[in-house]
Amino acid sequence: MATFVFFYFAGVIVLTSLLVVALRKPIYSALSLLIMFFHVAGLYVTLRAEFLAAVQIIVYAGAILVLYLFVVMLLNVKREERYHPQFPIGALLGLTILTEVLLLAYHRSGVDEPSPLSHTARTVPNGQAVATNVAPAAGNTETIGEVLYSTYLFPFEVASLILLVAMIGAIILAKRDLFEQREG
Amino acid sequence: MVPLSYYVILSAIVFITGVVGVLIRRNIIIILLSIELMLNATNINFVAFSSYFQNVAGQVFVFFALTVAAAEVAVGLAIIIALYRSKTTINVDEFQLLKW
Repeated sequence: MATFVFFYFAGVIVLTSLLVVALRKPIYSALSLLIMFFHVAGLYVTLRAEFLAAVQIIVYAGAILVLYLFVVMLLNVKREERYHPQFPIGALLGLTILTEVLLLAYHRSGVDEPSPLSHTARTVPNGQAVATNVAPAAGNTETIGEVLYSTYLFPFEVASLILLVAMIGAIILAKRDLFEQREG
Repeated sequence: MVPLSYYVILSAIVFITGVVGVLIRRNIIIILLSIELMLNATNINFVAFSSYFQNVAGQVFVFFALTVAAAEVAVGLAIIIALYRSKTTINVDEFQLLKW
């Protein structure tokens, strides 16, 4: 059952990501990306990362994709008649890398595949926990919050700085007459 | 339980689709969408490994990748709007001022 669910999500993800690249109207590409985001969120749920599934839908599907659709509507771009002239080279490169990765994965699969750690395997013989941030139930929102605000507190602050810089940068880049007033 | 290598292969396929999309498309919006594909492929990898090693650090890193993706989209779309204003097109072939 789990395998079937995985193959459903994986199939839809691969199909829609191919459609994002192949479709010629930007609006259709953005909508197939929306379907892909929902299925990636489903995949997160099967991996017991419920918090990330919710964040994926709220941030990616709710905010980022709406921003894309907004710009597509705003610019009113026409459909692209043909691909870039370097299309054969790009496709060849993609096929080459894909074959290489698949061969490597096929060659290596099952050799030293990390088995999912069971609950008992996470304690060393003398009873101590192996790592400090090993969660009793991965994907639990509470656990993520605790790790995020203790171990990863500094990266968290840096992330807020990135968001601030992006906000200021977007306003400065998109504002029409920010620098023209000074000259005239 | 689905083997971990399946997730890695899925992530590789999505990532390479994104790379090919960046190479073959001429619409700059689609190029940004392909970058989103690549970011999602890495996130799938992070969550799969995090689940298999029972360690939430991977999920925390997906959180940071999400932050960077949001910042990238905000700045990227602002750049697209500025480009459209200067040339009334978003075809990447038209922007070759820095091309040698």
